[in-house]
Amino acid sequence: MTAYNTIAFDPSRCELCNDCDACITACAQVKSGSDDPLHSRIKIVAGFNGNPPELALCRQCGDPECVKSCPSTALTKNPDTGLIDWEKSLCVDCLLCTVGCSYGGITYNATLQHVAKCDLCDGDPACVKACPSGALSYITSASIFNEQHEREDLFVPGLSACQGCNSEMIMRHSLRKVGPDTVLATPPGCIPGMGSVGFNGTTGTKVPVFHPLLTNTASMLAGLKKQYNRMGRNVTAMALAGDGGAGDVGFQSLSGAAERNDQILFICVDNEGYMNTGMQASGSTSYGSWTTTTPVGSEMKGKRTSQKNLAMIMMNHNCEYVATASTAFVEDYYEKLDKALAASERGFAYLHIYSPCPTGWRFPSSQTIEVCRKGVETNFAPLWEYERGGDLHFTHPIDNPLPVEAYLNLSGKYRHVNEEQLACIQQQVNERVRTLKRYAGLN
Amino acid sequence: MNTTHYLVAGASHAGLEAVHRIRLVDGTSPITLVTRDAHAPYSPTILPYVVSGQSAPERVVLRPADYFLQHNITLISDNELVSIDETGKQVTLKSGDRWQYAKLLLATGADPIIPPIPGLSETPFHVLRTMQHAIDLRDHAGKAKRAVVLGAGLIGMHGAENLRHAGLDVTIVEMCDQVLPGYFDARAAALIEHAFNANGIRMLMGSRVVRVEPLGDGCRITLENGDSLEADLLLVATGVKPQLDYLKGTSVQVDQGILVDRRMRTDAPHIWAAGDVAQAADFYGEEKVMMGILPDAVTQGAVAAMDMTEDHALKPYIGGVPINTYTFFGQQAISVGQSLADASLEELTRVDEENGRYLKILLRENRLQGISSINQEMDAGIMWQLILRKVDLTPVKDAFIARPLETGRALMSSTWR
Ligand SMILES: Cc1cc2nc3c(=O)[nH]c(=O)nc-3n(C[C@H](O)[C@H](O)[C@H](O)COP(=O)(O)OP(=O)(O)OC[C@H]3O[C@@H](n4cnc5c(N)ncnc54)[C@H](O)[C@@H]3O)c2cc1C
Ligand code: SF4
Ligand code: SF4
Repeated sequence: MTAYNTIAFDPSRCELCNDCDACITACAQVKSGSDDPLHSRIKIVAGFNGNPPELALCRQCGDPECVKSCPSTALTKNPDTGLIDWEKSLCVDCLLCTVGCSYGGITYNATLQHVAKCDLCDGDPACVKACPSGALSYITSASIFNEQHEREDLFVPGLSACQGCNSEMIMRHSLRKVGPDTVLATPPGCIPGMGSVGFNGTTGTKVPVFHPLLTNTASMLAGLKKQYNRMGRNVTAMALAGDGGAGDVGFQSLSGAAERNDQILFICVDNEGYMNTGMQASGSTSYGSWTTTTPVGSEMKGKRTSQKNLAMIMMNHNCEYVATASTAFVEDYYEKLDKALAASERGFAYLHIYSPCPTGWRFPSSQTIEVCRKGVETNFAPLWEYERGGDLHFTHPIDNPLPVEAYLNLSGKYRHVNEEQLACIQQQVNERVRTLKRYAGLN
Repeated sequence: MNTTHYLVAGASHAGLEAVHRIRLVDGTSPITLVTRDAHAPYSPTILPYVVSGQSAPERVVLRPADYFLQHNITLISDNELVSIDETGKQVTLKSGDRWQYAKLLLATGADPIIPPIPGLSETPFHVLRTMQHAIDLRDHAGKAKRAVVLGAGLIGMHGAENLRHAGLDVTIVEMCDQVLPGYFDARAAALIEHAFNANGIRMLMGSRVVRVEPLGDGCRITLENGDSLEADLLLVATGVKPQLDYLKGTSVQVDQGILVDRRMRTDAPHIWAAGDVAQAADFYGEEKVMMGILPDAVTQGAVAAMDMTEDHALKPYIGGVPINTYTFFGQQAISVGQSLADASLEELTRVDEENGRYLKILLRENRLQGISSINQEMDAGIMWQLILRKVDLTPVKDAFIARPLETGRALMSSTWR
């Protein structure tokens, strides 16, 4: 199995409405040396009734209908690049490929008198480079799959997480990458709750796993790591903890281990609350959120206090490595995992991963990644990293953040939020980014 | 006795798509693919270009040499299905070999119709359906000067144009009043005819041939009106029809082709049929129809395979929609869906005689029923989907009529996300 890179289109950023046709011109130039949009293989068309623009572009399909409709074998899927290649010398201009394609991905060019389609410019697409607003991006996360899929998933199949659970995805990605020489701690929360610590005398992992108290995760791991070191064995001491287990009940031991710079890889999966016990609020629950302990009624309108920023608190422990991450930006996460793993050999490494929860936050299970993405793109959940002694560094800077509603609107837990609360949340977001920028030496 | 799980007869679009789909979900059960042809699998659609010399026979092979080995498919070429024992689940091939199957797919396509014209059987003539036909025709065309083509359907039109490209003097004789009936209305057909005339092809429309007879190395063709034509090359392209002798003694029901349901099942247990051999649901009406086009052969092959493998993702066949992307002398005529208006349809036509451009949109209750165009950019696949999905165009109707291309693209893109 191979996965392939692809061009992604974010219509909400597209400037077509402002008469921007940068991608179309760039494509026409690169492919035919002309500005005539006729030559462009990417076509952006206006959306209906004020909806965002739409895209006609070859999707480089996995089971391509254009290829099946081609009688001449001019079209083939290249197994190495995933591209649907078109061979001019074989093509007989019958246009049957245009019948197969439902996306307007291969079209007849009346000037050239043959069909033409996107070839991703040998992996460096001109349209993406030309797009001024970031609406087009070249997604290379397929390379992660190609690199990682041979590694073993160290959780057993059949964990009983909710449908669409982001945490399960984080757990599996993380442990697969960190590898088998690991001792894993999963304090009470969704992570052990879905079966990773096991039941009936078997574990839900293929590495040693234990279920510490909420209060002593980091200290137990610190002790275990010391013992392994004494035995001369290089084992990663890793925690997968919820935000409550990390930042509320477990904070004393976490802070202590960070202060001592113990060799631990501590991953906090932040779903903003105690979700598996019935969606109670935690210190990480954001202002205005509905939870069962911060209900919405005539007086109370969700959580009254702001969330604490655990990642920044950990950074202020000056430990080896601290970073935030999101599953909508997996490449970024994998890079940070690499760095955190290396840092955990030297001392304390802390990763804080935003983990929107379909069940507790009330959004459809198909929208998990979209919520993650909008969290980042509104700057609600900025992506950054910090290495001991250095500056904070934004790994996915958002220059023109979307208004925070774009994120809040996706989750039921913010449905009641009124104008005043909204303004307050937006202000908090702005302030948080301003503070982070100060740490990054940017203002 | 040989045994196989899946037996597929016919190695063209329907059969090849079926084995591909089977292997997507069933990596291990034995598949045996039998084809009458001695050549490696190719598309009949490519044949006119083999005739003109544009396509070399060895470069149009639909699957790489190692495909069948790699996917553990036994390919038997130059052999033929001759009979089926439906209760014993066995077939007999022309070679005498017998195969036991669990599931049988008939994808044997169609063969040229030889019209009952007096004298034709005594006269040498060509048809065009197999690679061998194309090679014979190409070789003959290299020596011939005057060609007559009977029939102005797809095959006749493609054949005639390519014979013209090969330098012959070409005449088309067609019984109907127009070319490509069923795909284009009379006005569009007239534009196409005009291009043929302008390129030196004589078009005898509404003409019936009453007699054909050998004449020297060639033949003489007599028309109903008494005129006669002489030719040293005769191409008969008056339609196609499945050859179904192998069904004798089975309970498979046949009309013009093998009757199938929306899962491509025939009336006999464990036997499916797909492609040009099958007569399946019509998108527009109750009667089952013969489609005879490549994209539909692919679709039907896929549906059959998904049913044979009990693939839960199977969506029953929605029904055939006539589609034709016809290129001629550097021009493009595209037709998707119905081409003739009736009282229940709203018709919008734009003709630009000067530039040979033409567009016709047929709607029923603001849903697209058919669209045809000449020399207009058109995404046939998008139009096909708009028809199949019965997309309600009410909110975008004006835009669609003014700019079907862009509007279609936007509609499809929005359903994709
Ligand atoms: C000249 C020409 C031009 C065309 N142009 C177009 C076009 O522009 N657009 C379009 O959509 N369609 C076109 N078509 C039609 C298109 O090629 C067919 O619709 C399509 O090939 C049907 O595929 P099929 O798999 O059903 O059958 P076929 O392609 O006919 O294949 C049948 C297969 O069955 C095998 N076979 C036959 N009998 C037996 C038997 N008894 N036992 C075992 N094997 C057997 C044959 O060897 C062959 O492999 C054209 C056809 C021709 C001939
Ligand atoms: S041209 Fe269309 S059918 Fe072919 S790969 Fe691209 S999107 Fe898919
Ligand atoms: S136009 Fe060319 S690429 Fe498209 S189906 Fe025909 S031969 Fe194949």
